[in-house]
Amino acid sequence: MNIPMIYALLGITLFSVGLYGLIVREHLLRKILALNIMGSGIFLVLVALGKRSVGDLPDPVPHAMVITGIVVAVSATALALTLMLKLVEVSGSAVLHDAPKERS
Amino acid sequence: MEAIDIALGLFDLLLVFLLLWLAWLVMSSEDLFKAIVLFVAFGLLMALVWVRLEAPDIALAEAAIGAGLTGALLMAALDRLNAVKPMPAAAVVTSAKREQPSLPSKVLPLVALVLIVLGLGYALLSLPDVADGLVPNVKEQMAQSGVKNPVTAVLLNFRGYDTLLEMVVLLLALLSVWSLGGVRKLSPRNTNPVLASLCRVLVPVLILVSCYLLWVGADAPGGAFQAGSVLGAAGVLLLLSGWHVEQKILLWPLRFILVLGSGVFIIIAAVLFFTQGGLLTYPVAQAGWLILLLESAATLSIGATLAALFFGGIPKSRVDQ
Repeated sequence: MNIPMIYALLGITLFSVGLYGLIVREHLLRKILALNIMGSGIFLVLVALGKRSVGDLPDPVPHAMVITGIVVAVSATALALTLMLKLVEVSGSAVLHDAPKERS
Repeated sequence: MEAIDIALGLFDLLLVFLLLWLAWLVMSSEDLFKAIVLFVAFGLLMALVWVRLEAPDIALAEAAIGAGLTGALLMAALDRLNAVKPMPAAAVVTSAKREQPSLPSKVLPLVALVLIVLGLGYALLSLPDVADGLVPNVKEQMAQSGVKNPVTAVLLNFRGYDTLLEMVVLLLALLSVWSLGGVRKLSPRNTNPVLASLCRVLVPVLILVSCYLLWVGADAPGGAFQAGSVLGAAGVLLLLSGWHVEQKILLWPLRFILVLGSGVFIIIAAVLFFTQGGLLTYPVAQAGWLILLLESAATLSIGATLAALFFGGIPKSRVDQ
């Protein structure tokens, strides 16, 4: 197995760890961290697979996509954090609660 | 196998192990502050991974954003969270009650996690070992791109649409934050003389680095995104040191800079559409200068937007005063 493939496998593992945190952890700040880790995993897969080219030059197109992605991720994180703070202001809790069950 | 190859292989394994460990700790540690610090460390190690994958452009962006700005944003949010939320006792009790999930709800996500890793791993390993992707296309067109760095050529020329739309996405994110009413100011802190003098030294250096990255992006790793992130980091540093901007600058000049990137992009796209017959189809002779112009505008906008996202609040309009 070559080095880029190891990093691609690391990418999917990071994605899954992030996904696990997104599902299991309750605090919204943690969920935002989880989304960022998932994003890093996806970027890693993209770039690692772009390194399979024959010549000396790795594929620059995934590189450009990932740079764009990193900047979009930071702005999305800022928006998500603002939404979280607004929710805390309104509800007093940084955890998403289930809707109250209807009485039957 | 050379000794250096073995050393690099060991380094790769160490990096993989550390990243997995850090990601797990970010998810599992109880303290949110600790999780954020670990996440910043995670970002720094990611930058090293990009270097190992021969993606220095991404490494620069990751070091400035993944390890720097995202960490600052998260820290600021945590600070604001603690200011907003004096955890009521009742909430603590309910959250303690919720802390004991049933066994299936713990085990099922883990099973799903293993299945996802296995499925994606199988998909990855069944891909062909060698795939050229778009490398031949890029190589073929490089001579006409106006720059020598293939990543910049892809970002600003071959796939200029992506960058145009990305500028709009950044603007949209800021507008959404503003339309939510912004967030409260960071809790006041003592003005620290060390921070103030550090700022005086560091901010001019950061601006210089930003200009360098912008200029060098045509031939070597660098470009608008990296330069803009460094500029944004300089802005964050200034904001942290209690820098005050005059209100009149905050109103229209700030908004002008924020839309400059998207605006210049759209104007150039429109002009080229009528003269060249295609959006962002640069004439070969002028491509280099057009790209530099676009990148300069984008750098200013990215830097201002990132700093404004960190600040969070809406610059006051006259109505509020």
